[in-house]
Amino acid sequence: MNTQPISDDLTSMPKAASVAKQSSALNKVVILGATSGIALEVERQLAQRGCELLLVARSQQRLAALESDLRLRGARQVLAYSADLSAIAHHAAIFDFVRRSFSGYDTVLLAYGSMHEQKESEASVDTLLEEINVNYVSAAAILTLFAADLEQRGTGCIAAITSVAGDRGRRSNYIYGSAKGALSLYLQGLRGRLHPAGVKVITIKPGPVQTPMTDPMPNAARFADPKLVAHDIVRALDQRRPDVLYTPKIWRYVMAAVEHVPEPIFKRLSF
Amino acid sequence: MPFQAAAAARERRSPAPHSDLYVSWGRYPRATHSGIHKPAWNDEVGPILQTADAGGLLPYGLGRSYGDSCLNAGHELVDCRRLNRFLAFEEQSGILRCESGVSLAEIIDVFLPKGWFLPVTPGTQFVTVGGAIANDVHGKNHHCAGTFGAHVHQLGLHRSCDGLVVCSPDENPRLFRATIGGLGLTGVIAWADIQLRRVAGPWIDAQLLPFQSLSAFLDLSRESDGRFEYTVAWLDCFAGKNPRGIFFRGNHSNESAAPLRRKHGPKLPFSLPTWLLNRYTVKAFNSVYYRVHAAKSGTTRVGYDSFFYPLDSVRQWNLLYGKRGFLQYQCVIPESHIDAFEELLDRIARSGMGSFLGVLKQFGAAPPAGTLSFPRPGLTLALDFAMRGKKTLALLRSLDEVVLASGGALYPAKDARMSPVLFEASFPHWRSFVPCIDPKMSSSFWRRVTEAQ
Repeated sequence: MNTQPISDDLTSMPKAASVAKQSSALNKVVILGATSGIALEVERQLAQRGCELLLVARSQQRLAALESDLRLRGARQVLAYSADLSAIAHHAAIFDFVRRSFSGYDTVLLAYGSMHEQKESEASVDTLLEEINVNYVSAAAILTLFAADLEQRGTGCIAAITSVAGDRGRRSNYIYGSAKGALSLYLQGLRGRLHPAGVKVITIKPGPVQTPMTDPMPNAARFADPKLVAHDIVRALDQRRPDVLYTPKIWRYVMAAVEHVPEPIFKRLSF
Repeated sequence: MPFQAAAAARERRSPAPHSDLYVSWGRYPRATHSGIHKPAWNDEVGPILQTADAGGLLPYGLGRSYGDSCLNAGHELVDCRRLNRFLAFEEQSGILRCESGVSLAEIIDVFLPKGWFLPVTPGTQFVTVGGAIANDVHGKNHHCAGTFGAHVHQLGLHRSCDGLVVCSPDENPRLFRATIGGLGLTGVIAWADIQLRRVAGPWIDAQLLPFQSLSAFLDLSRESDGRFEYTVAWLDCFAGKNPRGIFFRGNHSNESAAPLRRKHGPKLPFSLPTWLLNRYTVKAFNSVYYRVHAAKSGTTRVGYDSFFYPLDSVRQWNLLYGKRGFLQYQCVIPESHIDAFEELLDRIARSGMGSFLGVLKQFGAAPPAGTLSFPRPGLTLALDFAMRGKKTLALLRSLDEVVLASGGALYPAKDARMSPVLFEASFPHWRSFVPCIDPKMSSSFWRRVTEAQ
C-alpha cells in the first residue's frame, strides 16, 4: 500500500520525491544549519526517500522536534548535533562527531545564513562583520574540513546555499550579497580543486524564498515556495549536477540579464 | 475614553504586509489585520503571547472556517502553519503526537501507508489539527465516533499567563474541555495527542442510494446507523419540502492490496464572475448531479479521498462564488421538530437562492467533547449561499427564526452573521466558557456575538 503524498498547492513535487531510486548516491546527508527554512523542506523530502540524516543546528530543543518528525516521515536514521556553526571554534568538534558517528556520509549541505536589515549593517561594523562571518567566513571554514575528508575518500558531494544576491552588488542588499558572493566564488574554486578527486561541488542560488529569514521583506508573499526550491535542491543533490543551480529556474535568466546591465546604469538603479 | 481612542487608532493603523492573504473560506467578511506572526517553532510562541495586547491575537491555521471565527479584524493573527511536525507515534496504540499546524492531509500521507487513518474527518483534509480541535469538527461517522475532540487524549496549550499548560481529561480538565471547540480563544495549541484508528487500506466500500423525501432520508439514516460507519446525504434544496437527494454510506474496506493513486484535480485560478451562478444554472446543476448519481446507485469500492473529500479535488473551489464570496449556513434541528426542518427547506426553495452544496446528516447521541461543541442529537443541514448583499442576509435571518423557534443551533465555524441572541440560544452555557479564555485572545466572531451582552 503506497499512497501518493499530496501537498496543499504543489502538484509535481511529492510525486517525484517519493520515487526514490535504489541506486541513488544520495543516502547519508550531513545538513549544516538544519533548522533554516529551506533546510526544513529539503530534510522532509530526503526523509521521504528514506535517507539517513545528520542535523547540525544551534537549538537542542528544535533539533529534538525535527528528529522525531523526520524519523516518522521515513528517514532511516536521524542524528542531531547541537552547535553554533558561526563559532569557528566549534567546528573541529562538529566535524569529529560526523566522522565518528556518521562515517560514510556521501553529501554535505550547508544551509545556514543570516540576513540583517541592510541599514543595520551599514550603520554598525559589528553587524557587518557578523553578517560576513556567518554567511562567508564560518561557511568557508567548515566546508574546508569536509572538503579535505571527501577529497581523500575520492567520493561525495558538497552543496551550499548561497544566493542570487551574490551575483551582483546592489545598493539595497550588498553586504549580505557580498558575503554570499564570496561563498559562491569559494565554491567555484573548490569545485575545480575537488574535480580530479571525483567530488562534486554544487552552488545553490535561490531567488527570494518564503522563509522566516525573508518574512520581514515587503513582497514576501510573492516569494518562491520553499517546497519547490527544496525539490530542485534534492534533485540536484541526487543527480550531482548542475554545478550551479538557480532555483526557481527563472532566476538563471533574470540574473543573466542583471549581470549585463552596464555599471553606469546599474549604479543608478535603486533596487 | 483613552481605551476607545487607542482601539480606533488600531483600526486605522496601516495593515500588516500580506494581511490580505488571511481570509476565511467564504471570503466574507474581509478583515484587515494589524500584524501576522509566523512562528516556526513552539519556543517562539511564548514570547509572542507575552508581548501582545489584551485581545490582540488569534491562532490561524489553513483558513477553512467559513465566516469570521478565524479572523481578528484590527488585531493580529498567529499563523500556525509552520508548526507542522510529528513529535511521536506509538505503533501499538496508534496515538500520534503532533504540532498544531500539521494538516489532516499530512497525517493521512504519512500514516495511512502504515495502516492508520483519522478517527474523524471533516469534508476537507486541508485543515490543521489545531483547527480541527478548536472547532471540534465532525464527520460522516458522528453517529458512531462523535467529534474530533473525542479522540484527543491530551494537548499542550500556550497560555499568555502560565506558559505551556498540559491539558487532558485528568489534568486541567476544564481548560481541556474549553479548548476543544474553543475557537482558538483559550490559547495557542502547541501539540496534541490524537488517537488514530486502524484500517486495512485506503478503500471505502460505498453505497449510493437516491431518496425522494425527508422521511425516506430518515428511514435510510436510521437503518444505516448500525451497519455503516459513515453516512451523509446530498440534498437538492430546490425541491422544497420533500427534497430529493442522494444518500451516501460506507465502511472501510478490508481490501488492502491495491494501492491508491492520488489524482490532482484542477485549481480555480481566480474568482468567477458572479452572474455565472444563478438560480437557473444551480438548478440545472442539481438536476444533473441527482440524475448522474442516481444512475450510479449501488455498491462500489472507492478511494478514501473521493469518498471523504470530493470537493478537495477542485482546489480553491471557494472562488466559484465570485468576488463577494459566500456564506455557509449550518444548523442542527432537534429530531422532534422535523416540521421546522421542512419549513427551512421550504423557505430556501421559495427564495430561489439555494446552492448546489446541500449536505444533510443525522448526528448521533455522543455527549459533546468540548464546552462549546456544536454537534448534538438532531438533523444537521449545511448549505452555501452566494453573497448577494441584503437579500442573502435577509433570507438567512428568516432561517434563523425557524432555527430559534425549534430549539436548534448554528455552527460558529460556518458563521459570519448570527445574532448574539441566536448564539446565546445555541450555546446557553457560553458564559461558563469565558473564564477559560486567554486574555490575549479574541476574534471577530467572538466580539460580534458576545460583546453586546
